[in-house]
Amino acid sequence: MFITKDGKEVFIVDGHTHFWDGSPENQSNIHGKQFIDCFYAYHTNLSPPEQLWEKGRFEKYSEDDVYRDLFIDGPDDVAIIQSTYLRDFYKNGFSSIERSTSMAARHPERFIVNGSFDPRDGEKALEYIHYMKEEFDIQGVKMYTAEWNGESKGWALNDPAAYKCFELCDKLGIKNIHVHKGPTIIPLNKDAFDVHDVDYAATDFQNLNWIIEHCGLPRLDDFCWIATQETNVYAGLAVVMPFIHTRPRYFAEVMAELLFWIGEDKILFGSDYAIWTPQWLVEKFWEFQIHEDISAERVGVQLTDEVKEKILGLNAAKMYNIDVEAKKKQLNAAPVQIAAE
Amino acid sequence: MFLKLQETEQANAVWECLEHVTDPELDEPVTDMGFIERISVDPQQKRVEVEFRLPTYWCSPNFAFLMAFDIRSAVSTLPWVNHVNVTLNDHCFADRVNDGVNGNHEFSDVFADYCDGENLDAVRLKFLEKAFIRRQETVLLGLEAKGYSGADIVNMTLETLDAVHFTGCEEAKQKPRYRSLLVSRGLATGLHDPAFVTWEGDRLTIDGLRGYLATLRGVRINMEFSGALCRGLQSTRYKEVEIGKDGPTLIDFILHRVPPKGAGGKSGVTT
Repeated sequence: MFITKDGKEVFIVDGHTHFWDGSPENQSNIHGKQFIDCFYAYHTNLSPPEQLWEKGRFEKYSEDDVYRDLFIDGPDDVAIIQSTYLRDFYKNGFSSIERSTSMAARHPERFIVNGSFDPRDGEKALEYIHYMKEEFDIQGVKMYTAEWNGESKGWALNDPAAYKCFELCDKLGIKNIHVHKGPTIIPLNKDAFDVHDVDYAATDFQNLNWIIEHCGLPRLDDFCWIATQETNVYAGLAVVMPFIHTRPRYFAEVMAELLFWIGEDKILFGSDYAIWTPQWLVEKFWEFQIHEDISAERVGVQLTDEVKEKILGLNAAKMYNIDVEAKKKQLNAAPVQIAAE
Repeated sequence: MFLKLQETEQANAVWECLEHVTDPELDEPVTDMGFIERISVDPQQKRVEVEFRLPTYWCSPNFAFLMAFDIRSAVSTLPWVNHVNVTLNDHCFADRVNDGVNGNHEFSDVFADYCDGENLDAVRLKFLEKAFIRRQETVLLGLEAKGYSGADIVNMTLETLDAVHFTGCEEAKQKPRYRSLLVSRGLATGLHDPAFVTWEGDRLTIDGLRGYLATLRGVRINMEFSGALCRGLQSTRYKEVEIGKDGPTLIDFILHRVPPKGAGGKSGVTT
């Protein structure tokens, strides 16, 4: 729960968080090292200095760290944990559903753990989707179209193998498909984060919600165009959020575009924890106003309190069937505790 | 001594050449971005070696290819150069980029082989368009800030634009870059031609100006995202760079990597 200066309570759903193990012990090769190093560079470059972590903690943080950073020091009510396997780079996967679920078990009311699959695994991917539904009752998945898999250096949402997987998701009620379409961390020759495949998938799977993490940046214009056409496409603010600190005018421009094109009901807050922690992001966001000249170029769109509440929690609550009032009561009855040190 | 001076002079000339090589995604010189790590010159062998590094291990290989080949061809234009060797360091595709750029293959062939048959000219043209848009937006916003009306802007000739004096650093920097691209693409040929047309060569209209600027802004927002990340990631990554055992080189001085006083090292260029 975030409490504003005026004492208002704001319900926070953190739409994009991780519980990863990028430590040297888990790295399979140089790619694993370079991957976590790249994340750490994001952390060091877009965080305020007082929020910096040392490398060792960043590579592998504890369950207690998660609880403290998100729910005690942090304002989150509910956090959505994404799974990202990167099996070619990490021995036990980068952030697996099993490890995240085990972490979340101490406070299951606080977490929604999403799965992940790789359509290039064919039949095995379908079996795995069944397994995740049966074992963990997942409501959503995180897709990473640029993941390497043997000879393949990426895939598209509208590949036939991917469609088979989404058909199964639809059938099993796995409704929320988070897709990483953002900075090119592992691109290869073809642009694996091109957003045009979203257009096909969102049209062909109307029952599914397509949350495009990082808003497709650096392809915001393409993304806005697609999201405007499709009612089931959403913008996830992970990685966009920290610009609020380093480049506030730039952040304002991106928010103005999103509000103008896709609207306040389809934008979701995400801290991208542990790259960034949610407390400072939410504090700054609550205080933030789009600069007047930028707003004027986009018919006066603005981040009002009402809009901010939607972005910070109410939109995601709807997509994940969270009854906000009931959840507040439940959380008040079960405060988060971490083990004594 | 003479040889040492000649080396320094030649290394400077190489650096100046590299100032014209841009990161295709960002439209910023590779020298400004701090990508160039080392230049070494051997005046007797007429040989130049350039090492560069990108902000992350994962930067897009097609950009890496473009920059590597642009570096080679820029340095090759120097009359005293016989051989250029370009090395990309610490990149997931480094071996292939280095083999490609230092082998005697046509860039278009290497590029097509490694970049999924992508057409090099089409890729270059796409980036040139983005560069045009970004430079033009900066100049247009600069003019608006100076009080020029929509009518002033859409009717402005190249001659009038030439006479405009910008005090803002970014506008002042982008105006000549915009002009040179406008002319080299044949979008304006004489001083009385319109200073502002679209990439397709169409005139701007007063009514369409706001919408046109919104489109330009969209392109710039994308480029700025990449640019901000690249600069940030680059600054962290380059902190790891250590001065070589032969002491700092010209590049170390340019990039302020020179060790503190008393830490030793000599000026000049490694050979």
